[in-house]
Amino acid sequence: MSENIIEMNKINKWYDDFHVLKDVDLNVKKGEKIVICGPSGSGKSTMIRCINRLEEFQQGSLMVDGININNNIKNIEAVRKDVGMVFQHFNLFPHLTILENLTLAPTRVKRVPKEEAELMAMEYLDLVRIGDQAHKFPGQLSGGQKQRVAIARSLCMRPKVLLFDEPTSALDPEMVKEVLDVMVKLAKEGITMLCVTHEMGFAREVADRVLFMDEGRIVEENNPNDFFDNPKNERTKNFLSQIIH
Amino acid sequence: MNWFIYEFPKWLKKNLFNTPVNSVVSLFIISLGLKASMYILDWTFLSAVFTGDASTCRESTGFCYPFIKEKFPFIIYGFYPRELIWRPTLAMILLLSSFFYVKEPKRWNKYSLWILSSGFFLFFFLMRGGLFLEVVTNDKWGGLPLTLMLSSIGIIFSYPFGIMLALARRGNLKILKTLSITYIEMIRGVPLISILFMSSVMFPLFLPEGITIDKLLRAQVAIILFVSAYMAEVIRGGLESIDKGQYEASNSLGLSYFQTMRFIIIPQAIRVVIPPTVNTAIGMFKDTSLVLIIALFDLLNTTKSSLKDSDWLGFSVEAYVFVAIIYYVFCYAMSKYANRLEEEFGIKSR
Ligand SMILES: Nc1ncnc2c1ncn2[C@@H]1O[C@H](COP(=O)(O)OP(=O)(O)O)[C@@H](O)[C@H]1O
Ligand SMILES: [Mg+2]
Repeated sequence: MSENIIEMNKINKWYDDFHVLKDVDLNVKKGEKIVICGPSGSGKSTMIRCINRLEEFQQGSLMVDGININNNIKNIEAVRKDVGMVFQHFNLFPHLTILENLTLAPTRVKRVPKEEAELMAMEYLDLVRIGDQAHKFPGQLSGGQKQRVAIARSLCMRPKVLLFDEPTSALDPEMVKEVLDVMVKLAKEGITMLCVTHEMGFAREVADRVLFMDEGRIVEENNPNDFFDNPKNERTKNFLSQIIH
Repeated sequence: MNWFIYEFPKWLKKNLFNTPVNSVVSLFIISLGLKASMYILDWTFLSAVFTGDASTCRESTGFCYPFIKEKFPFIIYGFYPRELIWRPTLAMILLLSSFFYVKEPKRWNKYSLWILSSGFFLFFFLMRGGLFLEVVTNDKWGGLPLTLMLSSIGIIFSYPFGIMLALARRGNLKILKTLSITYIEMIRGVPLISILFMSSVMFPLFLPEGITIDKLLRAQVAIILFVSAYMAEVIRGGLESIDKGQYEASNSLGLSYFQTMRFIIIPQAIRVVIPPTVNTAIGMFKDTSLVLIIALFDLLNTTKSSLKDSDWLGFSVEAYVFVAIIYYVFCYAMSKYANRLEEEFGIKSR
């Protein structure tokens, strides 16, 4: 039995009196790939952002790699070193070159020497097939390239968990594949992944489990084939019929 | 030449005389422009007096160059001992050279701070003297070096203070936030003149007996405190324009609050606000002239005083035009520099 790297226990979160997360329980094993889907506003982003404490929650407990996530700033910083995140809108640093985007955190947070950080950055840029753009600025790249840089940037911290929040929904259709290809490659290398996405092909190929969220709850979870072919919950069926057409 | 014959008339027709109304407006503006240039040419050259004394000048309607020649040392250097004028001259050259070196973004690294500090160190050493140089106390400093000193130190120090105030104002710490807002709003609520006045007249009353703080230093501090509040508001505007995703990306990579500010947020924020920053800097360069009310002899005050010489009464136009040109050159340089920075950063981060 492999140990859990993420343990979410009855997490509840409110925005004022709006109840966003309702008793969310989720255990993730090391190396597991989880795909999360669900209608817009159902709390998917909020849930995964709790994992690296971009959002706080009011009730419940959350352990990431043995670290208890609470208000302790030391714990928060420790967890963030281990958890990488890729955003829908890339969020690259526009005033830094691609290479500097990648080396900033390793050199400043982990105190990796600059040369070493640059070598590592180039390795990851090659992995996402963008090594030739290292000295450009983010503004000079296409959306797909930016997202691949963003993935490489989080890899440079050598995270134990990678969170993806709709990484392909801001991309033009022709660029979705190049980003998904990189994500599949990463998945096969064994990193733990939680990915909010509606890309069914990706989910079927790599996911160990697919979760369906609605109105702040995880209402269904299953392996990808059963999830997509035999959804049990009415709301899941409804939602899947909408995204498949 | 071909261009002049074939293209120029077409250009004229297209841009200046394309409709009857535009033609009339164009003619009107062209004639005004010609008239003004004729007048300026006549005043500065044709009827101007190049050699002679006050009485020669009074007989003419043109510009009186001998006045400028006579008063030049006083306007530029104030009461600095005449025989030592090479020192403020060299001081200014060194200071301006250090600015000139440091201004290139590609040279912005830890050495630029050293260069800048050495510039100021040499400036003060030459101005004040000591060691093998005769000491000139700062009540004798005046004119252009004084104006340069007050404004450049004012700008350079108010910038980090402004950043700190802006960060405090936007931060989560209630106390710092309240302090920062109170400070900014109080300073912005009073004119610089009154702050200078307080620093010179009221502040010494609060000091224990026997302790005096140099008047020039007090004025310099007052200017820094004043400009900081304005810089803070300019920089806050920049901070507010930065997308929340930048904070999130930085935090998710494990960078701390200060690292996020230092490497991600502030560098972007200050680029966004280059134009209003330079606006503030230019404003403060000119505002240093208010130190004349506490009897410091900055460039404008030496100019004003040069008019009181009974041998050379009545040449205020010459004096003010002369000093206006000096102010203009510096302000124009700052504004040009800002345009260049903006362009350079614009190209990079587009
Ligand atoms: N800062 C906020 N303040 C108030 N409500 C918020 C805030 N952020 C998100 N919400 C609300 O929380 C709900 C869940 O948001 P989110 O997790 O982004 O949903 P999803 O990612 O599933 O589309 C939405 O209804 C959204 O309007
Ligand atoms: Mg979302």
